[in-house]
Amino acid sequence: MAFLHWILAVLWVALTGQWSLGGLAIGWLFAYGVLWLTHPHGPGTYFARVPRVFRALVVFLWEILLANLRVTYHVFAPLDRMRPGIVAVPLDVQSDAAITMLANAITLTPGTLSLDVASDRQTLYVHGMRIGDPRSFRRDIKRTLEKHVKEVCE
Amino acid sequence: MVVEWLVVVLLLAGTFFMVVAGIGIVRMPDVYLRMSCTSKAATLGSGCLLAAYALQVGDAGIAVRALATAAFLLLTAPVAAHMIGRAAYRLGVPLWAGSCCDELKGAYSPSGDFLQSRRVDETPGPRSSLDRR
Repeated sequence: MAFLHWILAVLWVALTGQWSLGGLAIGWLFAYGVLWLTHPHGPGTYFARVPRVFRALVVFLWEILLANLRVTYHVFAPLDRMRPGIVAVPLDVQSDAAITMLANAITLTPGTLSLDVASDRQTLYVHGMRIGDPRSFRRDIKRTLEKHVKEVCE
Repeated sequence: MVVEWLVVVLLLAGTFFMVVAGIGIVRMPDVYLRMSCTSKAATLGSGCLLAAYALQVGDAGIAVRALATAAFLLLTAPVAAHMIGRAAYRLGVPLWAGSCCDELKGAYSPSGDFLQSRRVDETPGPRSSLDRR
């Protein structure tokens, strides 16, 4: 379905002759509308996933912004205000793609760095810059980043 | 006019985050914290600068290229940071003395090619001012 969607979008650009990002965006929206009218929707279909991808993107960018401000604070504040450490985060996501996406998202968020994945893929080891309590650190990662990665990938 | 001010703000914000990342690399006490700081430069720093460039030029072709540059930076920067952090840990680079915990300690097999999972306490802990939000 995603493939058909992009074909239709590119077709729109080709037919209107507007080879620009705006043209592609308009084609993409029209193609989405056409597919919406002609294909069944409901949970588990393409139409359920597309909004989730956008929601995950927004949540992720927001997390990056917040984390940037926090790290900026710690760069200038006295060092003993930080409490860094390595925390083991149990993984719910299982596929290669999902684990890669989650690890990348964690590293991209300033102040956290994913170090390694356990050989049985059950645990991700994450280095954090400010860990109040390892349990709440785990919960925060699972509730924000992992939840959205899961929604996009499954 | 509005676009020009937006460009100015984005340029200043981008440079600011780049400078902060640089200071962070010098000031942070261990290699893991330094690597955590570099993702600032890759994300908000370069993101703001590239957005400013795309806005200033105002040409769709350039904007797409700026967007692609940002996307590739976002894809590759964390891989490098992750590999450096992992290599440092496996070589035994110590954590800063002020670190609170190290749940990775002892999880590697002696040969280093197997990494054990760790059963952890998953009950929610108490909230503190240091929590991520």
